[in-house]
Amino acid sequence: MSVEGWQARFAGAVLDPEAPVPGGVGCVRGEADPLRFAVYRNNVHAGLVSALLAGFPAVARVVGEAFFSSMARAYVAQAKPRSPVMMFYGEDFSDFIAEFPPAAGLPYLPDLARLEYLCTQSYHAADAAVLDMRALAEIGEADLAETVLRLHPAARLLASPYAVGSIWSVQRGGQGRKVAADRRETVLITRPRAEVRLTVVPEQDVAFIEALNAGATLGTAAEAALAADGRFDFGRALAGLCALGAFRGKDGA
Amino acid sequence: MTTTSTLPARAGVGLKAEHYGDIVSGWPDMGFFEVHAENYMGEGGAPHRYLEAIVGRYPLSLHGVGLSIGGEGALDKDHLARLKKLIGRYKPASFSEHLAWSTHDTGYLNDLLPLPYTEATLDRVCGHISEVQDALGVRMLLENPSTYVLFEESTIEETEFLARIARRTGCGLLLDVNNVMISAVNHRMDPFAYIDRFPTDLVGEIHLAGYDETTDSAGDRLLIDTHGSAVRPDVFDLFIHTLERTGPQPVLVEWDNNVPAFAELAAEAARVDAALDAVRHKPVAAQ
Repeated sequence: MSVEGWQARFAGAVLDPEAPVPGGVGCVRGEADPLRFAVYRNNVHAGLVSALLAGFPAVARVVGEAFFSSMARAYVAQAKPRSPVMMFYGEDFSDFIAEFPPAAGLPYLPDLARLEYLCTQSYHAADAAVLDMRALAEIGEADLAETVLRLHPAARLLASPYAVGSIWSVQRGGQGRKVAADRRETVLITRPRAEVRLTVVPEQDVAFIEALNAGATLGTAAEAALAADGRFDFGRALAGLCALGAFRGKDGA
Repeated sequence: MTTTSTLPARAGVGLKAEHYGDIVSGWPDMGFFEVHAENYMGEGGAPHRYLEAIVGRYPLSLHGVGLSIGGEGALDKDHLARLKKLIGRYKPASFSEHLAWSTHDTGYLNDLLPLPYTEATLDRVCGHISEVQDALGVRMLLENPSTYVLFEESTIEETEFLARIARRTGCGLLLDVNNVMISAVNHRMDPFAYIDRFPTDLVGEIHLAGYDETTDSAGDRLLIDTHGSAVRPDVFDLFIHTLERTGPQPVLVEWDNNVPAFAELAAEAARVDAALDAVRHKPVAAQ
């Protein structure tokens, strides 16, 4: 067998839209048939583009299907999936969008893509018990300040200079409402039951959740939040996060 | 090592996320459900929650699309480990994969690509299948492909290629009747003769699906494997002919694109079950 075997020739030609049908590949009439070979080329490209479409529906709605397809094709050309687990394809699609000149007019688009990828991660994340209000109430008041609450494995946090949480919910809801994009939002993704849920964190709670996400005790996080925003209300913030399923409970509890 | 398949000789359908709700709220009469292994390789969440509930009530066919058994490169050990974990967790009644490749140096191409049939590729495929069966601790079913091109270097006819793999590795065969029709039309073969050549004693499962039709550069009919519609009448006729040779088999209706309402998919499965009932009352044709 030659150094470049049948598979390398086939793969090379499938991935290069300008390439001729690879040598040794024919049809029943004997000759190479570009339309027959194109079926494979189209399957590969369309399959990868539709995997991205499935993973980034809000991005697609914002830019429209034609723009999305050309952006996705450009991404596919340089980033093939590294594993057959296709639901996690597009890990760095957001970084690609940030460098994709035709999308430069929509500066929030990379963060919207980041948000959608985090949603995918959340949807497939490990199962674990959620800390509920009753379990929270069992922590004695004296111990509360020293308690570290771990985020649930399906919880994700994205801080963006843009209103990506609001844009996401408008796009996913299919509503035509206009959103002012130039407004910072911190979005919390949780999966209280099987469904992924997005919540725009109230401004006064942002420092609190960010500190908890970084592993701070409740006391330290509360101090940071109060210092950042005098409107912070510890009890209300903690109960709200708990109700969203942000924290991991005791398994089997 | 276990037998190749303990699926019942009934119709089954692919499990689609859009049907989870219909299935768990009604528990329809269905011979089995099939999942693509790769769609259940996340750690948790809704897919596992539903699959857990469904395998409590129905046999499961685990169908892989990403092992790249037909490729020249080594098998992906991480992917084998993921499959082993799934098999351990869900204990499927059968595990099947394709005579095709999907991974090359450049990455995973997300399509089932063809290979030439030579002594060299036969050895390679047999080595891969033995490795899969050893790693997973199950005997697998290998599915015949649908193809649009032919390799000049091929020296072995496809049914012979499959039969030799099965006899050498101990794997069973998954006979995709839609793929037979597609390849037969695309390469001007008689699909009935293909079925008659097929080693039906090695068949452990049958697949049915819909195809699309176009023409090639010479204006010849070119069938495309799309899984996007009901089973075409010519494929159903070929399926009946197949059943007369194989006897009743587990039969999967594949409908992966333009997924219909669950009721429409179930109606397609009922049509298959009726054909299985009919063949139960007929003697199996002599081989």
